[in-house]
Amino acid sequence: MPEIKSAKTYKDRAKAAAAKPAALGNDIDLSTYISSTEEQPYRADPSELPAQAKEKMLEAGVILDDISQRSGTFIQMDNAPVHSSSRQEGIEVMAVSQALERYDWLSDYWWRAVAVDSDKYTAHIELSQSNGYFIRTLPGYKTVFPVQACLYLSKVQLAQNVHNIIIAEENSELHIITGCTTASKEEPGLHMGVSEFYIKRGAKVTFTMIHSWNPVVAVRPRTGVIIEQDGLFLSNYVIMKPVQSLQTNPLAKCVGENATVRFNSILVSTPGSMMDVGSRVLLNAKGAKTEIISRTITTGGNIVARGYIEGNAPEVKGHLECRGLILEGKGVIHAVPELKGTLAGIDLSHEAAVGKIAEEELEYLMARGLTRTEATATIIRGFLRVDIEGLPPLLSAELQRAVEASEEDLM
Amino acid sequence: MLEIKQLTVAVEDKEILHDVSLTIKTGETHVLFGPNGSGKTTLLMAMMGFPKYQVTSGSIIFRGMDITGLPLDERSRLGIGISFQRPPVVRGVKTRDMVSACLKERGGEEIISKLAKKADLADFMDREINYGFSGGEIKRSELMQLLAQKPELTLLDEPESGVDLVNIALIGELINELLEKDCPIRFRKCMGLIITHTGNILDYVNALTGYVMYDGRIGCEGDPHEILKTIKEKGYEECIRCLVREVPNA
Ligand SMILES: Nc1ncnc2c1ncn2[C@@H]1O[C@H](COP(=O)(O)OP(=O)(O)OP(=O)(O)O)[C@@H](O)[C@H]1O
Ligand SMILES: [Mg+2]
Repeated sequence: MPEIKSAKTYKDRAKAAAAKPAALGNDIDLSTYISSTEEQPYRADPSELPAQAKEKMLEAGVILDDISQRSGTFIQMDNAPVHSSSRQEGIEVMAVSQALERYDWLSDYWWRAVAVDSDKYTAHIELSQSNGYFIRTLPGYKTVFPVQACLYLSKVQLAQNVHNIIIAEENSELHIITGCTTASKEEPGLHMGVSEFYIKRGAKVTFTMIHSWNPVVAVRPRTGVIIEQDGLFLSNYVIMKPVQSLQTNPLAKCVGENATVRFNSILVSTPGSMMDVGSRVLLNAKGAKTEIISRTITTGGNIVARGYIEGNAPEVKGHLECRGLILEGKGVIHAVPELKGTLAGIDLSHEAAVGKIAEEELEYLMARGLTRTEATATIIRGFLRVDIEGLPPLLSAELQRAVEASEEDLM
Repeated sequence: MLEIKQLTVAVEDKEILHDVSLTIKTGETHVLFGPNGSGKTTLLMAMMGFPKYQVTSGSIIFRGMDITGLPLDERSRLGIGISFQRPPVVRGVKTRDMVSACLKERGGEEIISKLAKKADLADFMDREINYGFSGGEIKRSELMQLLAQKPELTLLDEPESGVDLVNIALIGELINELLEKDCPIRFRKCMGLIITHTGNILDYVNALTGYVMYDGRIGCEGDPHEILKTIKEKGYEECIRCLVREVPNA
């Protein structure tokens, strides 16, 4: 990979943080995982990937057999990109290593939205040979269909390290659907991913991420977003399949006036699973707005559902909603909604509710003739349904399908 | 036919209804008056089978079948339906979902939108049920759900309270459709029991018998218009004082 300007200081800072545990989540011993830089054959036609891999990717929303409804595609297996393509003018999709070769200026975006020394995972990503995707829309261009990206974990006990850069230039519009999944249903692995988003003036980015791991995979995404004036960032995160340990706490900074951020997450925690998932938004410019919504369900696992909004500029507005359902006796949901205001004239609010399905609600549906089981299923389905404003209908439908496909496991 | 025989009901171990009996013949609609806290809602909830309302003695016979121990949802499927005085909000579940649950396999989108139009709730179908609904909207939504369910025995808990003068006519129409008013009584299958404070609903609905509930007992039974007149002129105390139950055939 090409050396980055001032890479020296990044390397130094990463080295200093190489053993630094994350502020949140259980600590992971990185030495128990193998790092591999093994090459994988590049596929000009992604439909030539093995059927089993394609099937797993499809579960996570990545369609390879017919890419007519995608503006671009990026596939990485373990630590090697195996396909990247763009099907629309003004949309660039490539491996980040390739982008670094092509664009000198890319170093200006490197570690700017996420700090390299945040913790040992960001440090590890800097210190190992990490690849990932680069997705960029040129000024004024709008994706007709979403760009899809898949990070696929296939080697047993592998540490997958990924560094992604997403740039939406001024007044462009970019929709991304990304699926992360594993080849095996039972082999351990570790996914570490840095994603840095830059949303320029008037640009709009929607980012829909579906995670489909297995009960022995640990996951540490590190995400930073910078939104300029009149920009919009909309994130939808869905994880309904088992995972061993997941900790992530994306940070979005609204640096331009009227910048808008929305985070929606749907999390299901199965027995044995530990999830600590939050979203943080800093409203640093006049009129910036945010909404953070999380819906969490535990069928026996542990969930910490965080939300943090900080209002630092006049006329900013933020709302946080954490709702959690405990379906069986043993799960734990810990909602941590936090608001911080540093001046007058801001409007921040939150609502949080955790509990089992209210008896009164079940009985209401049962009085209409539904059995207890049917009433429970109806309420869960409703709970998981988020009507997402601003998401193109195609993506909305795909997201809904992904959620519905996993609902069956719940009931 | 519906018969309630010497029903005693407790809520959280406290006896609320004592020895309540009443009979509604097929095709008839009766109304229930009574001061706040007298036990009217409790009676309807016990008839519907809500688990919190414990029948400690007596029985409920519906179409000749003893349903006293039957679970709530089974009673609903047998043909008993209720409109709630204060239904809960169910977040995420849309009004449309409720109507389609009531319909079961009996119809699809077309019937749902017809019902929505009829209840003047077309704009409410994609909203979460009861979330932010006004008092009157709740009443119409409850009746719309019952119209989808088509129960044989309809229990209405204050369907007109909080409803404005224009909407009360609509509510009256919906209730009449539910209770098959246009059908001659001898062909009518539906029965109704309606709780009312104001009696306004009597202007729209053909009710045959009225009861006054007082302190968990039925204190009076008779012509609903006369009962309403007495309550309005003399208050509940006077109405109860007579305590003469004209129980036919007893
Ligand atoms: N869940 C409960 N727990 C304790 N007491 C209850 C409960 N439900 C009802 N009650 C009591 O039972 C009595 C009858 O209540 P009910 O709701 O049946 O009255 P109502 O006649 O419908 O009154 P209103 O006209 O105000 O609606 C009241 O004293 C009420 O407080
Ligand atoms: Mg009542």
